[in-house]
Formats: sequence, C-alpha cells, structure tokens
Amino acid sequence: MGRETESQFHVLAVDDSLFDRKMIERLLQKSSCQVTTVDSGSKALEFLGLRTADESSHDPNATSTSPETHQEVEINLIITDYCMPGMTGYDLLKKVKESAAFKSIPVVIMSSENVPSRISRCLEEGAEEFFLKPVKLADLTKLKPHMMKTKLKKENEKLTKEENEVSKPEIKEDSTVIEILPLHQELESEQHEPMLSSNKRKAIEEVISTDRSRPKYNDITTSV
Amino acid sequence: MNTTIVAQLQRQFQDYIISLYQQGFLDNQFSELRKLQDEGTPDFVSEVVSLFFDDCAKLINNMSKSLERPENVDFKQVDSGVHQLKGSSSSVGARMVKNVCISFKECCDVQNREGCLRCLQQVDYEYKMLKTKLQDLFKLEQQILQAGGTIPQVDIN
Repeated sequence: MGRETESQFHVLAVDDSLFDRKMIERLLQKSSCQVTTVDSGSKALEFLGLRTADESSHDPNATSTSPETHQEVEINLIITDYCMPGMTGYDLLKKVKESAAFKSIPVVIMSSENVPSRISRCLEEGAEEFFLKPVKLADLTKLKPHMMKTKLKKENEKLTKEENEVSKPEIKEDSTVIEILPLHQELESEQHEPMLSSNKRKAIEEVISTDRSRPKYNDITTSV
Repeated sequence: MNTTIVAQLQRQFQDYIISLYQQGFLDNQFSELRKLQDEGTPDFVSEVVSLFFDDCAKLINNMSKSLERPENVDFKQVDSGVHQLKGSSSSVGARMVKNVCISFKECCDVQNREGCLRCLQQVDYEYKMLKTKLQDLFKLEQQILQAGGTIPQVDIN
C-alpha cells in the first residue's frame, strides 16, 4: 500500500436529493476535490466504517458485511444537507463528533432555510461552517483551510501509529494467532473487536492491507 | 468557420440570455451554474436543467394527487413537494418558479387548498415556460458550436 500521497482532498457529500448531490458534486470537483456522494446519513456512516451494512438497511435480503472487512477511507471533509429523512444532518454531525476516529473530520452543514437557532445549534455541536443553499463556488473556498488541517493531522497520526505497531511483538487481532493464546488474553482481544475506534486496529489495517479497494455500495458514487 | 455567422449567433445568444435575466425568468444563480461548466463537462448545465424539469413534472404530479380530494388533503406531502421544488429552482436560478413556491408555501402553511391549487397551476405554467426558453437557448449554443464558435461568457451583475 504505502501511504498514498493524495494531493486532492476527498470530500464526502451527503444529500437525499439527487439534484442537490449532482450540484454539490460538480461544485466540489470544480474546486479540485475528489468527491463521494451518498444519499443518507446512515450510508455516510457506513462509508466511514462506523456502521455495518445490515444496521443501515432494513432489507432482510441484504447481505451483511462483517466488521473485519471494513476499509477505513481517508475523508478530509463531510458536507451534509440538514433536512434529510431519517437521520438529519445534525444527527450525522453528532455521530461523527462522538466518534473517536472521526471527530477530527470537519463537518459542514447545508440548508435551504435560514433558521438562526438551527445554525447556532450546528455550530455549537462542532460544525465548521453552515452554508445556505444554493451553495456557490465562492463558498467552497472557505473549506480549504479546514481540510488542510485534518490532512496534515492525519499524516502525523499515521506516522506515529505505524511506529508504535512495529515495536509491538504480539498481534492479538490476527485471528489465526488467537487460538494459541491463554484464555484470559483471548477474551481481551475479543472485547477489542467491535471497537472500530481502536487506534491499533486502524494501524494494523493500514499496514496489512495492500489493496485499498472499497467495498461496493449501492447509491454511492465516487467521482474524481 | 464563417466568422460573420458565428458573430451573429453569439450576439443572438447574448441578447437572448440577457433578456431572460431582465424579464425575470432567470436570476444570478443561473450564471453561477454556468461557471461550473467547462470543456470537461460541456453538458453540465443542460443536464442539471433537464433533471430540474423532470423533478418539476414529478413533484407537481404528486402534489396534484395530494390536493385532489378537498376532504382529504395531505398538506404534509404538499409542503414536502414545495420545499423540494423551492430548493431546486433556487439552485438552478429559475426565478419565477422559485417565487411561486414562496407563495405556495404560504398557502400550504395555512392549509389553503384553493390557494395551493392556484399556485400549483402557476408553478406548472412557469416551469414549462422556462423549459421552452432554455431549450431555445441551448439550441443557440449548439448552433454556435457547430459553426465553430465558442459560447460567450455573459456576466450578470
């Protein structure tokens, strides 16, 4: 794998309206960003790796993705519509800020309605910006400094984690090794499994995986 | 390339688009939209506009159904439709459509069925009107390109 020196910022755009997704996608592309669009908050969390596919969809026929196969993608910014059915942009903002792994990702809220209480609520919860729709190209220039901050921070984090990993001799999260561990250690490693926010896990996936291919989702488009 | 023909077409295009702004069919957001189009995405505006008109037709149809029976109007559905329509018309720069949506929302808020029906009719008229106007505009664009010319940048301020 190596560390990909992506010169482009990768933005995750969330909006339930196809029309708005097309608009924000083009705006972001024109601002030289790589874009992934999703149509709901739950799909956004799924994409980030904070939720499994079967938690998001209520379709009994959907095949579930096991937590181990989640790839964590590098996102420099999340831009989301406020009014969405199910999970609102505000709910998504909260979930992101509650997550240890992703709370550093800047979140921007968009809304067609100018409601001051709504705006302050979002900013208080940690949103970096609140854009009134229709969003203009000029608005997106405000995003660059926020994205720069995270990118540099993530690069530093990866560096320190990989250093830590290399120095540790035991690889508890390797399933083939677990069997030979004494019982109390085995229980410990099982407790770590569901914690996606575990930093060790992230580092291991970075080191082990050579192919950063993403799992396929419906209704998600990634474009450069 | 016949430069006279191209120049004529370009002038025609310019005059036409300016008239659309002046008559209030389009607002500044349309020119923001045009900024997003480039050599790599030459059909962006026509695609987005086409999506918008499809949306209009669909939303108007749904709202019409919700407003059909006087004793059983689903104002929530109508409100949702108006909200979406207002949003997309605003994003595209469809000024008349957006303005009707503002009145439409007011009628919906007070559950005025008659008012809603009037607004629905008006919004239907306005989007269809704009659709023909923009079709003519895009036709002019195509003619310019076919004659070997470039589409003029028109700044509205």
